[in-house]
Amino acid sequence: MTILGIPILSLLIFFPLLGAVVLLFIKGEKTLRWAALFFALVEFVFSLPLFFGFDSTTAAMQFVEDWWWVESYGVSYKLGVDGISLLLVLLTTFLTVLCILCSWTAITFRVKEYMISFLFLETGMVGALVALDLILFYVFWEVMLIPMYLLIGVWGDPKRRIYAAIKFFLFTMAGSVLMLVAILALYFIHQKATGKATFDVLELYKLGVPVGTQYWLFSAFALAFAIKVPMFPFHTWLPDAHTEAPTAGSVILAGVLLKMGTYGFIRFAIPLFPNAAYDLMPLISILALIGIIYGALVSMMQPDLKRLVAFSSVSHLGYVMLGMFAFNTQGVEGSIYQMLNHGISTGSLFLIVGMIYERRHTRMIAEFGGLSKVMPIYATFFMIVTLSSIGLPSTNGFVGEFLILLGAFRSNIVYGVLAATGVILGAAYMLWMFQRVMFGKITNPKNEGLKDLNAREVIILVPMVIMIFLMGIYPKLFFSKMDMSVEKFLKDFKGRVEMKANLSAPKVLIEAKK
Amino acid sequence: MKLPEIDLYLIAPEIIITAFGFLVLLVDVFSSRAEKKGYLGILSLIGVVVAFFYTLPLMGSVKSGFEGMFTSDGFALFFKVTFLIIAFLTLLISIGYTEREGIAFGEYYALILFATLGMMLMASGTHLIVIFLGLEIMSISIYILAGMMREDRRSVEAALKYFLLGAFATGFLLYGIALIYGATGSLYLKDVASYIASKNLLKNPMLMMSLVFLTIGFGFKVASVPFHMWTPDVYEGAPTSITAFMATGVKAAGFSALVRVFFSALPGFRPDWTSIMWLLSVATMTVGNIVAISQSNIKRMLAYSSIAHAGYILVAFVAGNDLGTSGILFYLMAYAFMNLGAFTCVILLGKKGEENTLINDYAGIGFKYPLLAASMTIFLLSMAGIPPLGGFMAKFYVFSAAVKSKFYWLVILGVLNSAVSVYYYLRVTVLMYFRESEREITGLQFSPASVIALLLALIGTLYMGIFPSNVLSFAQRSIAGLM
Repeated sequence: MTILGIPILSLLIFFPLLGAVVLLFIKGEKTLRWAALFFALVEFVFSLPLFFGFDSTTAAMQFVEDWWWVESYGVSYKLGVDGISLLLVLLTTFLTVLCILCSWTAITFRVKEYMISFLFLETGMVGALVALDLILFYVFWEVMLIPMYLLIGVWGDPKRRIYAAIKFFLFTMAGSVLMLVAILALYFIHQKATGKATFDVLELYKLGVPVGTQYWLFSAFALAFAIKVPMFPFHTWLPDAHTEAPTAGSVILAGVLLKMGTYGFIRFAIPLFPNAAYDLMPLISILALIGIIYGALVSMMQPDLKRLVAFSSVSHLGYVMLGMFAFNTQGVEGSIYQMLNHGISTGSLFLIVGMIYERRHTRMIAEFGGLSKVMPIYATFFMIVTLSSIGLPSTNGFVGEFLILLGAFRSNIVYGVLAATGVILGAAYMLWMFQRVMFGKITNPKNEGLKDLNAREVIILVPMVIMIFLMGIYPKLFFSKMDMSVEKFLKDFKGRVEMKANLSAPKVLIEAKK
Repeated sequence: MKLPEIDLYLIAPEIIITAFGFLVLLVDVFSSRAEKKGYLGILSLIGVVVAFFYTLPLMGSVKSGFEGMFTSDGFALFFKVTFLIIAFLTLLISIGYTEREGIAFGEYYALILFATLGMMLMASGTHLIVIFLGLEIMSISIYILAGMMREDRRSVEAALKYFLLGAFATGFLLYGIALIYGATGSLYLKDVASYIASKNLLKNPMLMMSLVFLTIGFGFKVASVPFHMWTPDVYEGAPTSITAFMATGVKAAGFSALVRVFFSALPGFRPDWTSIMWLLSVATMTVGNIVAISQSNIKRMLAYSSIAHAGYILVAFVAGNDLGTSGILFYLMAYAFMNLGAFTCVILLGKKGEENTLINDYAGIGFKYPLLAASMTIFLLSMAGIPPLGGFMAKFYVFSAAVKSKFYWLVILGVLNSAVSVYYYLRVTVLMYFRESEREITGLQFSPASVIALLLALIGTLYMGIFPSNVLSFAQRSIAGLM
């Protein structure tokens, strides 16, 4: 489907790429920055019709485009959005604008290459979110790696950027190649069963893969996604990548790239292999819980602000996974909502840390203290974002966490209790950090002359704060978009799980039922 | 006595290549020694283009001639196209390179043409002696080419090493052929197969031995472990343009003969060779990739990487289905583009007396020579199998073939190897983009022909990654009748 005759999803994918190409021919750092901003803004504007033109009354894929790519192999160029991916696409285009704005003065060299990488990254992200063909998805999934690798490696913190960049690349790559094998295996199983060669996920959803095989295939997919999320114990690349990346890199990494993992679970791993997902629910839930509590505890002890936020991501993403694997409406909707929240809140936190880093060139908590006196505007924003990250009612974090906890309690009371503990820990490390940085006396003379936020920085943070409150106070606006899709997701899932339960139940029971 | 029918049209590409080879030699004789010989390269290029246009009309029909010793089927033609592309790109990069290194002799170009002729014969031969002759024409030309830089000790060492080991491997191959002849009384691939089937010779020890010997002989040419020992030294010592030619052309020719002989003459032995090749494939990928990690010279690194790529192609060979065979064809063509491209970058980064082939020499060139570095990055990422580049699609087809034949462990080992390989390919990009150069590289002269070759390789790599359909369906059509 198109809007005004334009294939909107293709436009969203390739417009940033066009921007990157145009940027190649532009000279002058200032022009480059404005041009990149222009392309990101236009891209954001282009993505708005997606939101307003979205039909909330159906769970079907919308704005679908479907062409052959490699016909003899059944590889198609198939795009579409539903309630699950729609909001993530918007989050991507939204965050990219802010990222380019926040790199305005932070990036002082190789501006052209930086902006090109960023726009190229946007192409990969949007593509991965709207691809409905497994190979197409895989292509975009890998394409994202290269610009992110460059962002960390070239513009990262000089000390350990290379280590972090390579670690990021290799971790993701190792997981995803196994996923490729699973994709191929699934393809041939489907071809054998139906005689049709296709990588179209919607077709593959319908295939009942034998349960024994499902375990293998699900494991391969889950590994790729779990590394990306990252779930405990695959999270070790994340603190390094986050800490070393430039601010905008961290924002987009936390905001969108990590979501690719959780999105992968909900779009691919679970619907393709529902029985395996159902059977492995305890394992994933427990890993998610470990992530929640472990992430929180490690955050508490971090001396470095950025590393603290990075570890808090491990904890937050644990909630997302826990909610998703509760397999009830509250859990799954909360999970999707929390993906968006995390993009906004943690993204903002990285922005805020980046702003102070630009001023002081350090991120050590011990270096700060009493900043609220010299930087009142900064302190206000910081407070709002901190509270949103903790999940204070009327902020977005509350809605997501509340629903996830509700879902978790409904699925298993022990999980619910443990996850709730994580909330307390979350409040503890965030508030403690805030107190040490912001309150008290100014002990370090270097902090005395700090300038408060300038207009550009305020412009970056204001949209974030608006989103925090909008999503906290009027969540219906967003939930209404995803309701149908989530309902269908759960219906399909439960149908498949029950079907298998019937199959495996002893014959006597089935006959007794009749 | 009835004279055999001779259809010269069938071998028109070969005749043209040969004729131009002699023409180059002749022109060289009548020109003065001091003169620059770039025009000989252009003459050779013309020969390749003409041969290409005589290859195209042969497409679509299967004809054999010379009493069934020579065939012009889709399989052979696909390979001929690949060889001609390789020869074309090699000649392009040679023009600037040979002048720079002072090896712009007439015989250099003629030998490239003759080697190409040998490759084409190998792909077309349906008689073991024709295949053997093709292999020898190719090998002997390459032995000489490897030693072209007469003043350079490493080049001479490379040539001698390649010659000695190559001759040894050829001996094995010939022995294998002799055993086949002894057991079946024929050298025609088809007759061998039908004789084996009719007499049920699948347990025949002579044929078993010949299978092993053929594996060794071809394994040497495609540089598979454990017959790879020569590769790093020869690749490092030979002139870089010839290294590129060897890594792509010789490998492709080796695979064309391997596939043809095993699939046409010895199909009954599939269970036997599958298990041998399975092991060879895993060993080749693993050794190639792991040893490549610790290399400090880019030519050596690419040599080990080319060993690893032979391993990936063997995965498709093991799969043994039609997807696998068309995958081999696709892979070799994609590999030709990306590998020649990478070597072109290596050449462009060097100058007279300063080859800059240490990986550390690449430090900081990312922003100094942005286009060169960006192309190198694309070629390396393509070899690492990152989409949407040709190398990814090639690996995708190869691995999917093996998944189809249910060689899951082989594929898992393959993709993990592929993940390992990312490390050393990335290392070059790390140096190019993330490090400052310790030593300025200045005064590079980009020869226009090499730049054209670079662009062509770039287009090929991207085209095969983004629009793989055409080449893939070409490959799929080409194997009809082979299986």
